[in-house]
Amino acid sequence: MRLNETYINAAVLIGLLVVPLWAVMVDEPFTITLATKAVILALAAVGLNLILGIGGMVSFGHALFFGLGGYAMGILAYHAQTFTMLDLGLFSTGGTKMMPIIWLVAIAVSAVIAFLMGQLVLRTGGVYFIMITLAFAQMFYYFSISWSQYGGEDGLSIYVRNEFPGLNTLDPIQFFGICFAILCVVLLLFSRLQTSPFGLALNATRQTAKRVETVGLNPMHLKLVAFVLSGAITGLAGAMFADLNRFVSPTMFSWHLSGELIILIIIGGVGRLMGPVIGACIFVVLEHFLGGLTTYWHIFLGLIMLAIVFFARGGVIGLLTGKEGAHV
Amino acid sequence: MSDQVPQPDGQPVLATHGLNKAFGALQATSDVSIDLRAGEIHAIIGPNGAGKSTLINQISGGLAPDSGRIEFLGRDISALPAQARAKAGLGRTFQISQLCMEDTVLENTVLGAIGETQGVWQFWRPALKTADLIARAEAALERVGLIAERDVTCANLSHGQRRQLEVAVALTLSPKAFIMDEPMAGLGAAGSKNLTGFLDGLRQEAPILLVEHDMDAVFALADRISVLVYGKIIATGTVDEVRSSKEVREAYLGEAA
Ligand SMILES: Nc1ncnc2c1ncn2[C@@H]1O[C@H](COP(=O)(O)OP(=O)(O)OP(=O)(O)O)[C@@H](O)[C@H]1O
Ligand SMILES: [Mg+2]
Repeated sequence: MRLNETYINAAVLIGLLVVPLWAVMVDEPFTITLATKAVILALAAVGLNLILGIGGMVSFGHALFFGLGGYAMGILAYHAQTFTMLDLGLFSTGGTKMMPIIWLVAIAVSAVIAFLMGQLVLRTGGVYFIMITLAFAQMFYYFSISWSQYGGEDGLSIYVRNEFPGLNTLDPIQFFGICFAILCVVLLLFSRLQTSPFGLALNATRQTAKRVETVGLNPMHLKLVAFVLSGAITGLAGAMFADLNRFVSPTMFSWHLSGELIILIIIGGVGRLMGPVIGACIFVVLEHFLGGLTTYWHIFLGLIMLAIVFFARGGVIGLLTGKEGAHV
Repeated sequence: MSDQVPQPDGQPVLATHGLNKAFGALQATSDVSIDLRAGEIHAIIGPNGAGKSTLINQISGGLAPDSGRIEFLGRDISALPAQARAKAGLGRTFQISQLCMEDTVLENTVLGAIGETQGVWQFWRPALKTADLIARAEAALERVGLIAERDVTCANLSHGQRRQLEVAVALTLSPKAFIMDEPMAGLGAAGSKNLTGFLDGLRQEAPILLVEHDMDAVFALADRISVLVYGKIIATGTVDEVRSSKEVREAYLGEAA
C-alpha cells in the first residue's frame, strides 16, 4: 500500500472530528469523551514526538510535564473553588477557573521546568538520557504523593469543569471542539517547525551532532529549545487532561504514562506529523474495548508494538505510505 | 584573492603552538607547531596512525589538546568550542563523512547555509522554500559538480559523491581557512583529479590545511608539506625539499617513493 501522507493525515483528522459529531446525533456522550481523551493524549504525544521523532531524544519522563500541567490546572481551580488564596511568595492569587489562563500557566511552568531540567539531562545521551528523564519524573511523582495540601496520593477533584469564554465546556462536544482546535493548531506548528530551518537543524542533530557543530551551530541550544517546546506542549495537554477528568492525581506523573506516550508514537509513526494522533486513537480504542474484557489489555498493546517494531518500522503511517521514515 | 583575509605581513592565518595530546601512553600529538599562510595549500602527510586526524580534530575543536595554543586570524581560539571556531571561519571536512544520511544532498548543503547565515531560529518558513538558503546551497553544489544529485538522499550517494558533498557543505560556510582530512580518499583516479583541480583554485579564496594520502595530489597541490610521524612533525618544506629530505624518505616516503 502506498498512500499519500497528506491524504492520510487529512483522513485521520476528519475521522477524529466525525466520530464525536456522529456520537452527538445518536446521543452517545461517552464516545465523545473517548474521542476527547484521544485528542488530548495525541497532543501530549505530539509534544514528545518533537524531541523523540525530530531530535532523537528518548524522554522516558514526559509524564513529568503532563503532571505539571495537570497540577497547574488542579491547584488553580482548587483555590478558585474553595475561595482560598494561593500564596506564591512574591504575590498571591485566588486561583482561576478560566481555561486560557490555566493553559498559559501550565505552558509556562512546564517550559521553565523543561529549561532547568534540560541544562542537566541534555548533557547525557542514550540510555543515560532515558534514565535521568525517568528519574526526574519519579521525583515529581513521589513529591506529589506527599503533597498533602493538594490531596497527596488521593489527588484533587475539581467539581465543575473550568470555563472558556463564549462556550459551554460542560457540553461534551463543545469541550471536544476546544481540545480538537488546540490539537490542530499544535499540529500546524509541528508541521511548520519540521520543515523550518530549526527543524532541519534539529533533525541533523539527531543524525550527527558533529556535522551541526561543523556548520557553526550549537547542538545543545537546538536541543534545549526543542526540549522546552516539547515540555510546554505536553504540559498544556496535561492541563486539558485534568479538565477532562475534573481530577488530577500523582498517576499523571507516573512512568506508565511516559511509556504509553512513547509506545503510541512508535505505533503511529515516529517523527511523523500524525503518528501520535493515530497512536492515541488506537490506544484509546484498545483501552476501551479490551480494557472491558480483561485488565491485562496492555498485553495486546505490547503485541501490537512488537509487531510494529519487527514488521513495520515506520509505524502505521509507515505501513500506509510505504515510507519508513519521515524523510526517506 | 579579493576575499582573502588580509593578514599583517608574515602573520599566518592559522597557527598551532606546541600542541600535545596523549591517549593513555600513546603520544598522538607531540609538540606540534605548524602554520597556514594566506593563499597556500599546506599538506600534512604521514603514515597511518601518525596522528593527522587527531591534529585536525584539535584545530577544529572536536578534541581538546593537553597543552598548546591555536591561533586563528590573530586570535587565540584554544578555548572555543567547535561551533564557535566554525563560526569564526574555520571550515572542515571529515575523514569519515559526517553527513545526514536520511536527508537529501540539498538539505545537507542547506544546513551549511543555515549555519552561515545563523538563521536557525526560524520556526515557520520552510527551509527549502527560502530562496537565499537555496541559492547558497545550489551555488556550492554547482561548484563541486554535485548539482545533478541535488534531490538524492545522502544514503544513496556513492562514496566519492559523499566526499564531494562534504566539500560542498564546507563551501557554503565561506570559510576563511579550510581544514580537510583526506578529501580524496576513495575518490578514484578521475574523481581525485577533478578535486585536485578544484582545490588548486580554491586556495585563492582561503588557504587549505590538507591531510592527504594521495601523493600525486599532494605533490601537485602543496605549497608546503609537513611530515608527521608518531605525532611529531619531522620536516616542513616545499615539495622538493621534502622529497629530497633523507629523514623523510627513511621515515615515510621510502615505502611510497
Ligand atoms: N580517541 C582515541 N582514543 C585512543 N586512541 C586514539 C584515539 N583517536 C586516535 N587514537 C590513536 O591515535 C593515533 C593517531 O590516530 P589518528 O587517527 O590521528 O591517525 P591518522 O594519522 O589520522 O591515521 P590515518 O592515516 O589512518 O587516518 C592512532 O594510533 C590511533 O589509534
Ligand atoms: Mg586520519
